[in-house]
Amino acid sequence: MNHLLTLEIQEQIKEFLKAMKDPVTFVLFTKNEACETCQMTQMLLKEITGLSSKLTLIEKDLVSDQQTAKQYHVSLAPSFVLLDKDGVYKGVKFNGIPAGHEINSFLSAILDMSGREFELDKESIARIQKIDKDVNIKVFVTLSCPHCPGAVSKAHRLALLNPHIEAEMIEAQTFMDLSQKYNVSGVPKIVINDTHELVGNQPIEAFLQEMERL
Amino acid sequence: MFDFSLESPKKRVMIDDSLLYDFLVIGGGPAGLNAALYAKRKGLAVGLITKDIGGQLHNTTNIENYLGFQQLEGKDLSAKFDQHLQQLNVPVISDAQVIQVEKVGEIFRIHLEQDRDIQAKTVLIATGGKPRHLEIPGEKEYANKGVSYCTICDAPFFKDKRVIVAGGGNSAADAVLDLVPYASEIIVVHRSQWRADKILLDKLDKLPNLSVHLDTQILEVIGDSHLKGIRVLDKLIQQTRIIAADGLFIHIGTEPNSHFVKHLVQFNERQEIIVDTHQMTSLPGLFAAGDVTDQPYKQIIISAAEGANAALSASHYLTHQYKGE
Repeated sequence: MNHLLTLEIQEQIKEFLKAMKDPVTFVLFTKNEACETCQMTQMLLKEITGLSSKLTLIEKDLVSDQQTAKQYHVSLAPSFVLLDKDGVYKGVKFNGIPAGHEINSFLSAILDMSGREFELDKESIARIQKIDKDVNIKVFVTLSCPHCPGAVSKAHRLALLNPHIEAEMIEAQTFMDLSQKYNVSGVPKIVINDTHELVGNQPIEAFLQEMERL
Repeated sequence: MFDFSLESPKKRVMIDDSLLYDFLVIGGGPAGLNAALYAKRKGLAVGLITKDIGGQLHNTTNIENYLGFQQLEGKDLSAKFDQHLQQLNVPVISDAQVIQVEKVGEIFRIHLEQDRDIQAKTVLIATGGKPRHLEIPGEKEYANKGVSYCTICDAPFFKDKRVIVAGGGNSAADAVLDLVPYASEIIVVHRSQWRADKILLDKLDKLPNLSVHLDTQILEVIGDSHLKGIRVLDKLIQQTRIIAADGLFIHIGTEPNSHFVKHLVQFNERQEIIVDTHQMTSLPGLFAAGDVTDQPYKQIIISAAEGANAALSASHYLTHQYKGE
């Protein structure tokens, strides 16, 4: 079977993944029926996993492995979460294939989850860690959107910094019903706890203001 | 099949905050990247600060007028520019927002977010532009409820819908082509006549589901919870009417990202930075290139050329005019 990633891109990603500190595990949920992009997502994750010895892929079926799905709050397919070196779910999730521009938020998430330090001032970190309510952040994207990966990465970093926060990318075209439910007609669109909305690649400060208002 | 738009996964050389740079470029579009290339080759101590490598290239699907490339996507040209620059190890800050630039004696101080300060003998402003708004009632209200400034981002939400493209330049014509795979009907509305290239207009001529309303000014965006259409003035017969639609894609040019040097240099009435033939602004040692300048034709190749001009001029300035140590 053909590869999704060209040899050139494989090499670039391999080089990029050398910056990983600790191992990271993907848990991928697919289903057999009515899932156009499940197979492609599975291929992508397999290929990426093959590019670093620090990556592991666990494959689950959304229908027959409901308990695991519940554990990671997964209800869509394809959907996958990233686990840290101890196998802990920290609220970093992708719904739909992170192809196109979104490959960048996927790679960032891997490095961040592996323990790479990211630049954020102490004051913001303190404010993020102070949030004590459960927060769910949905970031709707399209794969042709150049501003979207930035928004996704920020949301994922918030999740990494606070166990109360869960952040998920949602590929809008794959999950059109969900996009319509949340009235998405422009991306990136950020929905916090189903009620608060932000549009565009907003700074961390904007996320913080919305979360502190919850 | 999916493609993958990988952004510079290589490790970049970091900018050293303790160094006094010869030439510091602010902006990572064609003007900034080409300036950094030329400056580095001249042997200047150069650094680049940007929010986004590639800049407005990322908003362009198809590029057919960059000499040497018959047809390629904006993100691919951006990747090629970036690869070229990485070979030369130009230090880059790739996710920083510049808050202010000031000149103290002969030295420029660039204040970044998170309390970072970088110093340089000369500076290039190559911060490009952001989408210009129509500034009409309803536009803000229906932003992301039907109004979009990024057609390649948002076109998929308008499958089998009726959409309007506002504008008459190349980017409006490109937006029409980006919408073709999705929209059932496309209506172009422009206040004067087409300015787009003939070769693009010839392509539009072949589209069966396109209608064009020239000399038509958009007065208002209307709708309920979502955009439902626009109210326009037909300038030839001086009558207003409603055009119903589900989406409005606005491509009427750019507004320069020039606010952070407002206190330093001379501007024209469009808030563009006025430059001389050497890309120098009214403040010695401060250069500007690309869409942020008063140069009227906003083109990739012109921006890149202005970047080269700025770098060579800065090099000359450092040798002959710079009075500091």
